[in-house]
Amino acid sequence: MKRKILPLALLAGAALVSLAVQAKVPTSLKSVDVTLPESTRALPDAAGVAVVHDNCLACHSAGMILAQPTMPKAAWEAEVNKMRNVYKAPVDAKDVPTIVDYLTAVKGPK
Amino acid sequence: MQNQRFAANALTRRRLLGQAGIAGLTALASPVWAQTMVTLPLPGGPGERSITTGFPQKGAMILQRTRPPLLETPFEVFDKGVFTPNDRFFVRWHWSVIPTSIDVDSFRLNVHGHVNQTLSLTLKEILALPRVELAAVNQCSGNSRGFFQPRVPGGEWGNGGMGNARWTGVRLKDVLDRAGVKPGAVQVRLKGLDTPVVADAPGFMKSLAVDHARDGEVMIAYAMNGEQLPLLNGFPLRVVVPGWYATYWVKMLSDIEVLDSPDTNFWMKTAYTIPDTPHADMKPGQADVKMIPINRLNPRSFITNIASGTTIPAGKPALIRGIAFGGDSGVKRVDFSADGGKSWHGAHLGKDEGKYSFRRWETRFAPAAKGDYTLMVRCTNASGEAQPAQANWNPAGFMRNIIESTPVSVA
Repeated sequence: MKRKILPLALLAGAALVSLAVQAKVPTSLKSVDVTLPESTRALPDAAGVAVVHDNCLACHSAGMILAQPTMPKAAWEAEVNKMRNVYKAPVDAKDVPTIVDYLTAVKGPK
Repeated sequence: MQNQRFAANALTRRRLLGQAGIAGLTALASPVWAQTMVTLPLPGGPGERSITTGFPQKGAMILQRTRPPLLETPFEVFDKGVFTPNDRFFVRWHWSVIPTSIDVDSFRLNVHGHVNQTLSLTLKEILALPRVELAAVNQCSGNSRGFFQPRVPGGEWGNGGMGNARWTGVRLKDVLDRAGVKPGAVQVRLKGLDTPVVADAPGFMKSLAVDHARDGEVMIAYAMNGEQLPLLNGFPLRVVVPGWYATYWVKMLSDIEVLDSPDTNFWMKTAYTIPDTPHADMKPGQADVKMIPINRLNPRSFITNIASGTTIPAGKPALIRGIAFGGDSGVKRVDFSADGGKSWHGAHLGKDEGKYSFRRWETRFAPAAKGDYTLMVRCTNASGEAQPAQANWNPAGFMRNIIESTPVSVA
């Protein structure tokens, strides 16, 4: 990986190799039966992790939380309320502060 | 287990792009996918993502979320051609109850509502309708959301929440005509087989104006790039709305309802709305902004063969190439700048695959002096709309199309 740029001629030649599809469109469809993978990511350990696990991961895997940017507590509170009010996540009101505190601890400003 | 293996070898996007560029030119012979991690350059992070091959009918994809599946196309795929292979095409689902088994004999597409005759069509009946085909970009409303500043929650995409395919299917119009749309119909609501985990949560449905649905271009696709759709891309039927964001391209389409009043369901009225302003732009915290449903794609362009931070040898002209798309009109021109946008020149455009498709562009970069350069590329579409120099912002992270910048060194 020393030469990052290839000579012009080689690049131009490669551009001629068309990857365009041939129009061999199926005239009938075949049944499909697949298996979707399970998530293997765990939530990081912090106070309230069990409550978050039990309340949040029914609808989405842990990766959804872990990929989020750093957000302040008010933003996490808004997210949790959206999950409850809009997406109807069956989260007890008494669990909300625990979940918000966990998210702020794990994904809040340091 | 896979993830433990993935964690072993961290790789930056820069290196990944560089390597894939070379491999792509050697007839794809080498196993490019020894890599297991990628780092998306998202401001403030986290940018680390696994590369997964664990999803059915899909090749190596950036794992944004396992459930419901959210898979990003690794950016170097876009350097290989204007059509995105089905097994590398991005995946995005809203709800995690997704049928994993589809029987083509028992599947039915139902058409009902404000029509003369309800229909329950078999796949055989649908495939017997007149066949149409077009190339079109399918792009998530929130593609590139991870680059928003300030950052916003959601699927934290890099730039790979998009793809281009040749779609084959039947006109939505032909199916609607068969049912007979009654006078007074205003919208056509589209729904797939995926359902929420929680019973009273809003099921995913999207609506198009009846005239749009009957424009002869909106399609019910049963094939992409000459093959039946991967299940995760919507097998057996997917709506194709050329020039519009992917939110309308309902997957596993099973239900078409003709409405005689505007659709006020959550996914039209609340979700997927944008500020009704130029570039869907607003200030964080700005109040009283009129919001409207997201709609047409805007123009974008990317360099695909040079990654940020690349060192280019001095004294040799380099070929710079990439892709562009006009959105809901074709690519009129692509301009290239090597001085951070001070001066521009037109790039050569590749084959025109239709106004909704990716289009290849290329140009020569022959710097006179050693030093640092900022490469930029700007698409102007056939309607005269050009990519903006400033990034837009809105709370949902939609419609990013700023002119992309690629810093390089000439040494």
